[in-house]
Amino acid sequence: MRILLILIFLATPTWAVEPDEILPDPVMEARARVISKGLRCLVCRNENIDSSSAGIAKDLRILVRERLVDGDSNDQVMSYIVDRYGEYVLLKPKFTVKNLVPWLSGPVLFFLGLFLSIKFISRPRRDIVAALDEDEEKRLDDILAE
Amino acid sequence: MICSERSAVYTGTMTAELGHFATLLAFFVAILQAVVPMVGATRNQASWMAVGVPMAIAQFLLVGFAFAMLTIAFVTSDFSVRLVAANSHSLKPMLYKVSGVWGNHEGSMLLWIFILTTYGALVAWFGQNLPDRLKARVLSVQAMIAVAFLAFMIFTSNPFERLEFPPIDGNDLNPLLQDPGLAFHPPFLYMGYVGLSMSFSFAIAALIEGRVDAAWARWVRPWTLLAWVNLTIGIALGSWWAYYELGWGGWWFWDPVENASFMPWLIAGALLHSSIVVEKRDTLKSWTILLAILAFSFSLIGTFIVRSGVITSVHAFANDPERGVFILIILSVAIGGALTLYALRARELRTTSAFSVISRESGLVLNNLLLVVAAAVVFSGTIWPLVAEITTGRKLSIGAPFFELAFTPFMVAIAMALPIGAILPWKRADLSRSMQPLWGVLALSIALGALVWTMQTGGRMLAPIGITLAAWLVLGAMVELGTRAKLGKASLSETLRRLRNLPRSDWGKSVAHAGFGLTIFGIASITAWEVEDIRVAHVGDRFTVGAYEFQFNGVTQANGKNYTTDIGNFTAFKDGVLVAELRPEKRFYPVQGMPTTEAAIDQSLTRDLYLALGDEQNGGWAVRTYIKPFANWLWIGALVMALGGVLSLTDRRYRVAATARKTPDAVPAE
Repeated sequence: MRILLILIFLATPTWAVEPDEILPDPVMEARARVISKGLRCLVCRNENIDSSSAGIAKDLRILVRERLVDGDSNDQVMSYIVDRYGEYVLLKPKFTVKNLVPWLSGPVLFFLGLFLSIKFISRPRRDIVAALDEDEEKRLDDILAE
Repeated sequence: MICSERSAVYTGTMTAELGHFATLLAFFVAILQAVVPMVGATRNQASWMAVGVPMAIAQFLLVGFAFAMLTIAFVTSDFSVRLVAANSHSLKPMLYKVSGVWGNHEGSMLLWIFILTTYGALVAWFGQNLPDRLKARVLSVQAMIAVAFLAFMIFTSNPFERLEFPPIDGNDLNPLLQDPGLAFHPPFLYMGYVGLSMSFSFAIAALIEGRVDAAWARWVRPWTLLAWVNLTIGIALGSWWAYYELGWGGWWFWDPVENASFMPWLIAGALLHSSIVVEKRDTLKSWTILLAILAFSFSLIGTFIVRSGVITSVHAFANDPERGVFILIILSVAIGGALTLYALRARELRTTSAFSVISRESGLVLNNLLLVVAAAVVFSGTIWPLVAEITTGRKLSIGAPFFELAFTPFMVAIAMALPIGAILPWKRADLSRSMQPLWGVLALSIALGALVWTMQTGGRMLAPIGITLAAWLVLGAMVELGTRAKLGKASLSETLRRLRNLPRSDWGKSVAHAGFGLTIFGIASITAWEVEDIRVAHVGDRFTVGAYEFQFNGVTQANGKNYTTDIGNFTAFKDGVLVAELRPEKRFYPVQGMPTTEAAIDQSLTRDLYLALGDEQNGGWAVRTYIKPFANWLWIGALVMALGGVLSLTDRRYRVAATARKTPDAVPAE
């Protein structure tokens, strides 16, 4: 656990967004911050470019701000960066067929579990034992299928 | 100087060997303990079953001795031990010499095993009232876990390895980890992880016996509670450490390492609720067993997969295939074996009662469903990048923005349902009647949220929703206690008497639920209302952040015990009145060649003033200032949750040492 903590923070910030990067327009700067929080620092571990001090993160922060100043919308900036660096750079994966598992695991499991729970609760008394086991096994399979 | 170092090496000469020898002995004892009592239980031989107790105690003493030997090696800076040389330094403060024992892979494994054997010894000492056969099987399963871990440590991660040529001094511990918050973070987490091994052992033993009853649940619940309390404290400590040490006051990063401790916490939360149903209502048995297996499985995954580095990068596995393969074997045997046993035997667990859709049982089922689904979301988000890369070679990231969106709805749902579920009576309830005392609380909470909404500038819904939920939880918990004490229906003295006489577990329940509300309050406030300011400040500058004014008085240099530091001097004013002096530091640890940022935080219950010092530039200093409203409630809430757990744990029925005779339960107060 600790070793890994060390690893994550080895590239740890002494400084993230620097004063000279900040845009004069506070609204545009706020947009830049929002975008930065969704972009991964490519050389860091699970750290966004907004809080990272790595050189590449700084380059990306400046790039994001340049695009904004040039009049891009937030989405345009995002796709510009993804086109250049790949979807790896997105901390929130796009909602596409390939990423259905993480996006849908919650809702699907919830409704499945809800259905099975209601079936379990409202079952006739005699079936108590059998019904329970099947329910649980299905749910278990789903959890394991991830 | 040289003399004292030499003598340290000399006195240390035997410690590592003795420690190593003790772990080997413990390994053999564990093998015997894994086999003999289990066989005895199957053949019904009392003498074979009985040896589990002395063996568990012997294992504890041996591993405890080994742990003491390693600690001595660290405390005396015996750099002939490779682990000490790699992770310690003679100038390091004593606290971090000690915490350095578990601040590395090998030492943390030894701590893990030490805690495991401690739990085993506790069962041996305090388990007089357990049926012999169950106790024998539980101790045997505990020993199986110990065998796996001892083997892993002895064959792949020996902490007692010697160096042929000891260095003059050590490499030092990563300075970020030289912190009191983090010194105690791993022991708490491990007490939590390993505590869940008890629930696991009881579940396996019950599956073998084919019997789960109220007495079983009463035995499992304290261990689960204890594990959950420790996990809560451990996670809170880690989050608090991140908040003040890592820079910008972030308190949760949805990092795989954090998720690894969060998943067992969520499942343990579900387990300790479902075991109430088993105890009181004799149903949800096989589900509870499954949760016990899942909880410990997530602990194992948390300990191992994360430690092996697989989550960070698939290639970490290749760097150390020996450990990796070992880990995979342990995981598949433990989890696969337990689930197979479950699939074979769970059918035999007979449920004797039913309940209606509107009942406390249903509320707890919903609680379980939401917690488990929430854990599944965390799991899928943590593991999916790895799965995608292995199966398709596609690299993707899943970070905070995903979890905030995919995880939060389930927590909101839990918070909404909780006060209602908690107040419903068992078996069959009349919703409109049970809701009666809650309508006022609901109205008040929504009114509070609406008030917040009208007061705040900027239209984020996060604060109003968060405040509504927090008030609903805290007030709901209070109303529940009030209802039980017949507040307003009986005389005040009668109410007080009833409050005093309520079982501790009822108090624990309300306190823990209120703590959950406080944490939500802290999270909502800090997320919605934080004010940030980044600038280059020159000496003598005065600048405004939120409602506060800060004055920069300069930077001085100083030396710490094992670092040099630049200390900024700031004063904070509110309405012209001085409220705080802030001294943020920029430290440099020469041994590790690493700088750290020590933010200055002026803490209070209503806000934290958070100030970090950056580099010198353009004749000034980069300065980050934050106002973080109600930040501390986040951790206060976690501590209150843990306190609730402790209150429940000290309930007469659950006291580990108490004799849980088969007396009928005298409590149901509903």
